[in-house]
Amino acid sequence: MVDYKSEGKEAEEVSENKFTNISVKSNIILNVILSILALIAILPFIFVVIISFTDEKILRTNGYSFFPQKFSADAYKYVMGGSSQLTQSYLVTILITVLGTIIGLLFISTFAFVLSRRNFAFKKFFTMVVFIPMLFGGGMVSFYLIMTQVLHLKNTIWALILPLSVNSWYIIILRTFFKTSVPEAVIESAKIDGAGELRIFFQIVLPISLAGIATIALFLTLGYWNDWFNAMLFIDKESLAPLQYMLIRIENNMEFLSNNATKLGVSQILASNSMPKETAKMAMVVLSTAPIIFAYPFFQKYFVSGLTIGAVKE
Amino acid sequence: MRKFVKKLKANKGLVFLALPTTMWYIIFCYLPMIGIILAFKNFRINGNGFFSSLFSSEWIGFQNFQFLFKTSDAWIITRNTVLYNLAFIVLGIVLPIIVAIMLHELINKRMAKVYQSALFLPYFLSWVVVSYCLVAFLSVDKGYVNKILISLGKHPISWYSEPKHWPFIIVFMSQWKGIGYNTVVYLASMSGIDKTYYEAAMIDGATKWQQIKYITIPSLKPVITILFILAIGKIFNADFGLFYQLPMNSGPLYPVTNVIDTYVYRGMMSMGELGMSAAAGLYQSVVGFVLIMVSNYIVKRYDNENSLF
Repeated sequence: MVDYKSEGKEAEEVSENKFTNISVKSNIILNVILSILALIAILPFIFVVIISFTDEKILRTNGYSFFPQKFSADAYKYVMGGSSQLTQSYLVTILITVLGTIIGLLFISTFAFVLSRRNFAFKKFFTMVVFIPMLFGGGMVSFYLIMTQVLHLKNTIWALILPLSVNSWYIIILRTFFKTSVPEAVIESAKIDGAGELRIFFQIVLPISLAGIATIALFLTLGYWNDWFNAMLFIDKESLAPLQYMLIRIENNMEFLSNNATKLGVSQILASNSMPKETAKMAMVVLSTAPIIFAYPFFQKYFVSGLTIGAVKE
Repeated sequence: MRKFVKKLKANKGLVFLALPTTMWYIIFCYLPMIGIILAFKNFRINGNGFFSSLFSSEWIGFQNFQFLFKTSDAWIITRNTVLYNLAFIVLGIVLPIIVAIMLHELINKRMAKVYQSALFLPYFLSWVVVSYCLVAFLSVDKGYVNKILISLGKHPISWYSEPKHWPFIIVFMSQWKGIGYNTVVYLASMSGIDKTYYEAAMIDGATKWQQIKYITIPSLKPVITILFILAIGKIFNADFGLFYQLPMNSGPLYPVTNVIDTYVYRGMMSMGELGMSAAAGLYQSVVGFVLIMVSNYIVKRYDNENSLF
């Protein structure tokens, strides 16, 4: 049901189960209900896209509308033209997403591999290491103090990368994946041939587990791309503000963006008057989300398979 | 001891591979656990680093907790956190199962996939982006909902300063964002049900309703149980973005949007209340721990197979 096979198979399945199918009438009713739900799910974001393409003057007099009288791409011209903050935030977000995903994958996959080994003598101990934090935590206050006063990570890129790089749940999913997809015999024979654990992991286990790795990579990527909480805790510098945090900052204060205009020699008041404020905000939201929307089919496929693996209880 | 060293040597490859992540856990999970004693201290920074400050600060016993529970905040944040979570648990099981059954029964599987994709989309948006989507509808002067209210001859509502609407908005938005994810989880376990059960039921003359009631739903029991235990364990934790970003951190809405997490955050950021914030955080951790242990114990007692650990 979740992973649809080729079309031929699908058609076959339909006819095969014909007599367990629901009636045509109830099928229509279900389609109507589900279409309404699907619309409710996607309309709010589509609304934001429409607003971002609305003419600013029309918007000021008429408010937000699904069918604006006049469309305009001014917001995008403004946001992409004058604002170096958007470029900067894009760079920060891309950097933390790429670096974080790689670092996170190394942390998670090595540990998952270790836990997946049946005969490992310290398996119980290392399982407890990941398990206890799922049940109990030290709380936000001491986490904050340790990040800022022990590790001195305030206003560094690492404050945005390290806290999100490991997650017990991902380790468990990947461990289950290794257990079910890597035959113990393969590892044993490599060991007899004299390969060390490191080599077994990188040259044998990783290459045959790419689907599982890809799933975790996408979980991590989405987590980094959408993170604003760590930025809110640890970042004050504009040059280190990732996209989502920039969106928080411009929510009440568009001057965060027009700072750049003053640098270009225009007075700030002039800049903020001529600026398509409302539509520019929405354009920023759309531009920050666009990569996720484009990668969506890809994301969805691996998320579904990841959730399916995760549902397998050992 | 010698035995241990021998064991270590025999497993040095794997132990080596496990070390970096173990270090990560020590730094980011276990060190903060030591910080728990902050809740029992009058924390003063002495300039020699965090741990030195922590250990040299004066012990004040349960004073931070006494202060916390004397304020009306303690009751409000506990009530909000627990009540919202109860609503999320019930709806988060019922709604996705209904949707999953509808998708499962749909004759045209390609349409099922289209619906599933649409429903899953909000899960991929951050709460910041969702808060912008919500503003488009609820903004006082430009919002879509107020425009409709005015065209119907009603008074516009100033959404971000009237608390009475927010319990509904918060519950609605949490389900809006989460329903796709949960639907996929239930669909995945429905796809594992043996088709011959349904065929046998058909031959015995069972209606579609009876099939759903006696085959589909019972086979979801393991997944429901696991998700339920996890949710109970998190009943004292709230999704920070939902309660902070979505209401735009609006002061008049605190009575219905302040939860333990946002309380700890606000207390911590205004700095004066470090001890009380830490106390609230510890209160949250301990109750959460007890709840997950108790619910797991109960499930284990009645239905050993489906317990979490």
